[in-house]
Amino acid sequence: MMELHYALWQNIPFACIILPLASAAFTSVMKPRLARWWAMAVLTIVTVLSGVISAQYLLGAESYVFPMGHYYAPIGNEIRAGALEALTALFFSIIMLLSLMGGMKKLDEHIDGNKQNLYYVILLLLTAALMAQVYTNDLFTSYVFLEIMTLAACALIAIRKRGRTLVAATRYMIMNLIGSGLFLLGIVILYDLTGHLLMESIRGQVAQIAATGEYAQPLTVVIALFVIGLAIKSALFPFHTWVPDAYGYSTPTSQAVLSSLVSKGYIFLLVKIMYRVIGVDVIAATGIDDVLFVFAIAGMIMGSLSALRQNDVRRMIAFSSVAQIGYIYLGMAMGTEAGMMAAMFHLFSHAVCKSMLFLAAGGLADASGNSKLFRDLRGAGYRSPIAGVAFTIGALSMVGFPFLGGFVSKLNLALAGIALSPVKASIVLVTLAISTMFNTMYFLRTVITLYRKPLDGASYPVEKGQRGFCFNAALVLLALINITLGIFSQTVVNMITAGLGMFG
Amino acid sequence: MAKIRPDYETSWFGRLMHWLENGSTALDDAMTDEMDAHSRDHLVDSEHHHATQEHALEERRHAALEREQRMYSSLHQWASTKGSRLMRWVYIVASVVMCVGIIALLLNTAANLPPYGDPDNPVNNEVSAHYITQGQAETGAVNIVAGMILDYRAFDTLGESNVLFIAAVTVLVLLRLAPSRDGKPTTEMLEAEADDRLYEPKHDMILQHQANLLVPLILLFGIYVVMNGHISPGGGFSGGAIMGAGLILYLNAFGFRKTERFFTFRTFQIVSLMALAFYACSKAYSFFTGANHLPSIFSPGTPGMLFSAGLIPYLNIAVGLVVCCTMYAFYTLFRKGDM
Repeated sequence: MMELHYALWQNIPFACIILPLASAAFTSVMKPRLARWWAMAVLTIVTVLSGVISAQYLLGAESYVFPMGHYYAPIGNEIRAGALEALTALFFSIIMLLSLMGGMKKLDEHIDGNKQNLYYVILLLLTAALMAQVYTNDLFTSYVFLEIMTLAACALIAIRKRGRTLVAATRYMIMNLIGSGLFLLGIVILYDLTGHLLMESIRGQVAQIAATGEYAQPLTVVIALFVIGLAIKSALFPFHTWVPDAYGYSTPTSQAVLSSLVSKGYIFLLVKIMYRVIGVDVIAATGIDDVLFVFAIAGMIMGSLSALRQNDVRRMIAFSSVAQIGYIYLGMAMGTEAGMMAAMFHLFSHAVCKSMLFLAAGGLADASGNSKLFRDLRGAGYRSPIAGVAFTIGALSMVGFPFLGGFVSKLNLALAGIALSPVKASIVLVTLAISTMFNTMYFLRTVITLYRKPLDGASYPVEKGQRGFCFNAALVLLALINITLGIFSQTVVNMITAGLGMFG
Repeated sequence: MAKIRPDYETSWFGRLMHWLENGSTALDDAMTDEMDAHSRDHLVDSEHHHATQEHALEERRHAALEREQRMYSSLHQWASTKGSRLMRWVYIVASVVMCVGIIALLLNTAANLPPYGDPDNPVNNEVSAHYITQGQAETGAVNIVAGMILDYRAFDTLGESNVLFIAAVTVLVLLRLAPSRDGKPTTEMLEAEADDRLYEPKHDMILQHQANLLVPLILLFGIYVVMNGHISPGGGFSGGAIMGAGLILYLNAFGFRKTERFFTFRTFQIVSLMALAFYACSKAYSFFTGANHLPSIFSPGTPGMLFSAGLIPYLNIAVGLVVCCTMYAFYTLFRKGDM
């Protein structure tokens, strides 16, 4: 046995990227049924591997870099693993697996039989791209995999062929390509200024530039391009117009994956850029985090207000996403360690919660004659008990009920907000209160609807809406993860703090 | 009982109560009905007779039509009023101002960047110096660009070839007219086929003679560019594009009948699968051995030879095949939705 330079577990990030990437090519020639189990198997392996590496960091492992090839960075490509990367990879892979499980039955109905294997190709490539996004230590690699994410997300929307989804996919593509373009422009200018693509090397150069003040204007433009580009792609408030259609009309698995993984992948990239490429202090010096703060506050209010006005449950959840993305950006815009920790925690809790809500809403709609309108959803909680309970748990978590993930993230956000200057602190607290009130209004209204007496004269098809074992198991597991996040939050918080420390 | 105000429907309180009762406005109904039109039909009580059900449906349709009429007329009125025209102007002016502002900002940024071509620029650092001085010795590729994209930064290029792959998959999802489950072509397919046959050039002697002469040359040149990717300028991406152009020319001159003899959808699938799988697996091997300092079976060889530079020539072939197939597939999919 030849001696490996890295411990076996340290090869996991590499395996998590290459395995789905290589298996995606094989999936393209498979029959749908085989492709499904193949994709499930690969996602399960990635999840288990991510679990192993997270466990290593839980036991106090150190961060390390792993060259992709024979050459060390900055000559070659490089990936890097730390506590935060491992944890994010674990969350992303679990949610990907459970979203696929939960929406599997629906795929048969929504996608042509002979195109189903392509759906799994897209999902696997998306997984590989997300993993690469999480682990990469190179700005240009992140752009390459960002392109894969954008295209995969378009395909996820458009594969359910209805007029609305095609329009939504086109809109999504236009907005996201603008975002990608701005991001690429930022990389190009930054490369011209620093001569590096490796994150650490750029950071050193940027610190020098910021100290001398020679290229202050281009540097500010670069930061603005990064922030706006990724804000468009992750649907921060003024750039959110593509959200309701894109999330609202695609198939449930796509809804869950788009809202909880794709947008979160972009946010994680932005966090990485803030910490490892530009530096939080440099960003704070340009004042761009204040702009982000205003956008986030506006998003928290406006997203909730829009959600209040919907009468289609899927669009309501989609608009609620806009508000929740506002929460995450709020934490990031605070510019403090506590704020960033709260943002990352909310990123996880929202990802778990939103995928569960979308899947549950799909199941409830199935039990109500495939209608997503509130008046038809009356009593759906009795017709599809597990989906009803899961939706209730998700809704309570969104509102911030204790013992659930959403409570801890709101608490952390509030605690991080108090530490800011008095004006900002009061703005944060007041907005949190208002937004929570709105959340309660529209989520509890939905929950109450679910357990009300159906309209007179309405009869629902015999189909119980229980879409088989996989659907129920996925919802139960997601609900359990949500509760675990709420109860054992301190472990996750510690790991996030350790990971942010390793970002250094 | 208190008297209800005549404008109760439009008052704030009326709308609040309506909302609480899970009702919706006419506009919402119209929009969601369009989406879930036939899905809600079976919510009507099964006890109702068929006739009454039909009657109810007819009534509902009339009500919906009326509502739509009202909606459209009000929208129309609103659209033709002065206010909305003003808003349109505001939008136009705002977008122009924003565009000009962004252009000015970016031009200003470009002016503030390090001067173009200055040897002291930050871009000319130890990384590019390393590529230029050590590139040939380390990778065995005379063409430094090939060494950079397929060896030093092979991970990026692996991602890039998968961008092409997912683009092809997306186009397949959108445009491919697949046969139904029992393998018979659908009417949609037959129509597209007939349409295509109608507009296809038939027995165009000039085109065919030209193609007879050019297609072999183009394909050979493409193969040359791919195979010599590590020695001279070129490589998988450019060579593959050339070969794809040759195939498209052949298809245009001789039609689908002839190309189907050697290039069908199955060929496309198998070739892209083999190329991508080889690419991913060989690179996985190379990354794994490289990172773990294991000996690799690939060596740089003698620079300048056809089979030198380790994996690079084989990777170039794989990339070339993927690009060639993807180009051809895009062309046929946009033309008639199948190959």
